[in-house]
Amino acid sequence: MAYPKEFRYSRTHEWVKMDGDVATIGITQFAQEQLGDVVFVEAPAVGKKLGAGDSSGNIESVKAVSEIFAPIAGEVVEVNAELQAHPELINQDPHGRGWLMRLKVAGAGEELLDAAAYEAFLAEEGAH
Amino acid sequence: MHRYHAGERDRLAMLESIGAASVDELFATIPPEVRCGPLDLPPARSEEEVRREFWSYATKNAEPECFASFLGAGVYRHVVPSVADALIQRGEFFTAYTPYQPEVSQGTLQAIFEFQTYVCQLTELDVANASLYDGATAVVEAVLMAQRMLPARGRVVVAGALHPEFRAVLDTYAAPMGMSVTAVATGADGRVDAAGLAAALGPDVCAVVVQSPNFLGVIEDLPAIGAAAKSAGALAIHAVAEATSLGILAPGGRFGFDVVCGELQAFGIPPSFGGPHLGFFATRQDNLRQLPGRLCGQTVDTQGRRAFVLTLSTREQHIRRGRATSNICTNHGLIALFATIVLSLLGKRGVREVATASHSTAEYLKAGVRSLGSGVRLAFPDTPTYNEFLLLHDDPDGLLARLQSEGVLGGVSTTAFPGALPRGILVAATEKNSRQECDRLLDALRRLS
Amino acid sequence: MSEKSLRERESLIFERSSGGRVGYQLPALEVPAADPAATIPSGLLRGEIDDLPEVSEVDVVRHFTRLSKWNYSVDEGLYPLGSCTMKYNPRINEELARLPGLAQVHPLQPVDQVQGALALMWQLEQALIAVTGMARVTLQPAAGAHGELAGMLMIRKALEARGERRKTVLIPDSAHGTNPASAVFAGFDVVEVASTAEGTLDLPAVARHLEGGDVAALMITVPNTLGVFEPDIVRAAAMLHDRGGYLYMDGANLNAFVGVAQPGKMGVDALHINLHKTFSTPHGGGGPGAGPVAVSAALVPHLPVPTVERVGDRFELSSDRPGTIGKVRGFYGNFGMLVRALAYIRSLGRDGLRRMADGAVLNANYVRKALEADYHLAYTGPSLHEVVFDDTAQAAAGIKNVDIAKRLLDYGFHPPTMSFPLIVHGALMIEPGESDGVEELDAFISAMKAIAREAREDPALLKGAPTTTPVSRLDEVRAARQPVLRWRRAP
Repeated sequence: MAYPKEFRYSRTHEWVKMDGDVATIGITQFAQEQLGDVVFVEAPAVGKKLGAGDSSGNIESVKAVSEIFAPIAGEVVEVNAELQAHPELINQDPHGRGWLMRLKVAGAGEELLDAAAYEAFLAEEGAH
Repeated sequence: MHRYHAGERDRLAMLESIGAASVDELFATIPPEVRCGPLDLPPARSEEEVRREFWSYATKNAEPECFASFLGAGVYRHVVPSVADALIQRGEFFTAYTPYQPEVSQGTLQAIFEFQTYVCQLTELDVANASLYDGATAVVEAVLMAQRMLPARGRVVVAGALHPEFRAVLDTYAAPMGMSVTAVATGADGRVDAAGLAAALGPDVCAVVVQSPNFLGVIEDLPAIGAAAKSAGALAIHAVAEATSLGILAPGGRFGFDVVCGELQAFGIPPSFGGPHLGFFATRQDNLRQLPGRLCGQTVDTQGRRAFVLTLSTREQHIRRGRATSNICTNHGLIALFATIVLSLLGKRGVREVATASHSTAEYLKAGVRSLGSGVRLAFPDTPTYNEFLLLHDDPDGLLARLQSEGVLGGVSTTAFPGALPRGILVAATEKNSRQECDRLLDALRRLS
Repeated sequence: MSEKSLRERESLIFERSSGGRVGYQLPALEVPAADPAATIPSGLLRGEIDDLPEVSEVDVVRHFTRLSKWNYSVDEGLYPLGSCTMKYNPRINEELARLPGLAQVHPLQPVDQVQGALALMWQLEQALIAVTGMARVTLQPAAGAHGELAGMLMIRKALEARGERRKTVLIPDSAHGTNPASAVFAGFDVVEVASTAEGTLDLPAVARHLEGGDVAALMITVPNTLGVFEPDIVRAAAMLHDRGGYLYMDGANLNAFVGVAQPGKMGVDALHINLHKTFSTPHGGGGPGAGPVAVSAALVPHLPVPTVERVGDRFELSSDRPGTIGKVRGFYGNFGMLVRALAYIRSLGRDGLRRMADGAVLNANYVRKALEADYHLAYTGPSLHEVVFDDTAQAAAGIKNVDIAKRLLDYGFHPPTMSFPLIVHGALMIEPGESDGVEELDAFISAMKAIAREAREDPALLKGAPTTTPVSRLDEVRAARQPVLRWRRAP
């Protein structure tokens, strides 16, 4: 799967899609493959203020728990309610319907990677 | 060589294959400074010699079965169907490990699923785990769950008549977790003092723990206590020490309690000098992700057949490590199987009959005590009890010793426990106590108290 | 379904219910029947619990006997679960734990009435002191993890007694998950220490952490979860003690060196002993176990109460211990398991216990040698009681450890541990134990070799396994996504 060019990416495998001052956040195709079948998503509360890199919930597979880190600072304005009943959306459509949360943000997350840099980062990781 | 091990030929064959001259070589990585000589223990003994030693321990104990026994105070003597022990002695059950390989553990798994169902039925709650160690640690786990759910609240309120063992263990765990424990005084009627409870509650309270029937045998007003806890925003926890009471008494689950937990020993599990007994834990569906301990769930295999498997394991220490909902790993699985078998045998009718018979026997004793006229008296004559009650007496230990000399274990002295308990004897009755035993106790009390 | 044998379609006990059946008869009530509603407010009462089953005694015997046949067990064969120490559970121990003079004793009888029970506990404490070389032992904890918690609480108390509030506990990344969980529930913060390339403790890393002065303890398993003896254990203890810290040893693998070496000589301050591992009390499909904790002199003042004390020729329960952590469970411990463990120690005796360690280590090395050509060794250091392979050699065929494990079920063996240790990806952690002779081990080895061959030649066989078990692979994702955790009557 190609990594959408309009997204930005973190080294902890979250993606960010900016729309004005609202950032939509999810986990990447690579992350969902690593995790396997997602069975549960623990999302942060709406209204919670997160700093970049803050733990903001968990994604669980049958035998692993993976923390979600906020790739960018902001306030949670919406969480993907559909994931409570259908956590499999993260596996089926990680860059689309499997989004996790929306943050109202101040900055643009300058330190995040673009698609090409993220793919290079994945290649480098895989080499280890 | 020893009867539990392989022989010399095995040893030599294996050494040859490994290419080692002796087994000692295989321990070469252990440095000399930590080595030891022969252990300071007796030599190997035959089965018969071992039996002799243990019979000598057994005969130095006074066996309650040889007395008219009214011991309770958290450990009760109810009927034990012989089927239960026969079945748990099947090697397929007791020599199996935790069912991590479901394809060859369906027996254990299905029994756990049935156990979880029984606990939900008894407690009127949605989900129950596969067991905990005992009643005391079950109460602790409930309080720890409340703290996880309400991390800003650092205080737990407990009823004063919570079992002293439960309370002591809670104190041990609470302090390192930064929690303080407030006890509500027991009223003159033996129940939680409502005004005291109201005064103890506050926005810093994460849980209210009430035992019913309480340590003094008295049935608490669960609806009122549950409502008070809820209005303070705290979790309401109903602790149970005499689980057969659930055969006639409505559990906390009916009154909005978040957790019903405690001890299932009363369902025929041997007293065994205090363990192993059987902790249980049930809660609402909403709290599922915070539940401590193992869970078994239903699913299907690749051919669509119903089957059972350990599930929601991400809560547990082997996956979540330092962030797990509990540190528990080994639980009391075989005892849970025992209780599952006993509950199956008792069934709908027996669970109720055990409770009504125990209650009736205790009421008979209470009526008898009322007519004694002197010596001992009921501590809470006007408050409902289930199968246990407190007799006030100035010298409970002396009285119990006199009763014992007549072949009666009259109960448990409150002087055995710390805290400001009234001086007296806790008397527990069950369906095992015949009328003749009851009359012996009453007669002895009349003469000796 | 109709073609299946009765055994294969045994329903839930609730589904067997048939109105009017009873499984047990109570003694006739000789006292007047009391109406609960006469004394108890009706709002606090309940009626019959509707969905409890109505089944006969025969129904119950058949039901649970059939269920039992779906289980694999030690009585049936080799159970080489690494770290779990599955060994033969002698029947004499079961007999003794059920002696009425032991099983029926109430924990609140006066001490004069329970001298035998206290003598037994005292004897077990002495035996565990002899094995470990430690100062004293508490028998109270109900399981290994419970022992860890008790041990860490004692360490916390000892620090408090010195006026210190250290928060950090160091734990190697190869540790059991219970270690960090127990440390957290004792109020500590956990810092994970990466293992060295050999899979052992990184001593310089420990030294760096100690410089901060906040380290309360190091928790370490010896031999570690790879089955390798920690070569720096004595130096680690000395470093910790120099800096005012304590050494906690996870005794899950004590069976590897009983009669060979002693934690008391390693500088250990506290270790738990899983009686259900080293001393053969049965695992019971998940428990109960027992987790006595042996401590050094430094921690004796902080033992849980009560302790069993010998006074002349009598035994007493003493709570006179001002520095105690208190109680960690009700009463005195899983006494029934203590009976079994002492019986096992008596049966084996001094030399038998040493032979137990010899056998465990010999068997593990025999299996290792036999399978080295077929499976990749994650770490190559010398093994004691267990050996950890991984699935690297089978990866090319797309085979994972779980496939090997499931195929092993078709060969009639319980698989090794797979989810552990975390430092080995795709682990196959084999602990054969000391109970079996060479032909049982050879049968296991041939099965493993056959599976390695199948992985190359016919990997689908492994992916489709097991096919000979009561059920095939389960949909664990469905179990977790749509949890069904209890039976309910169909509406």
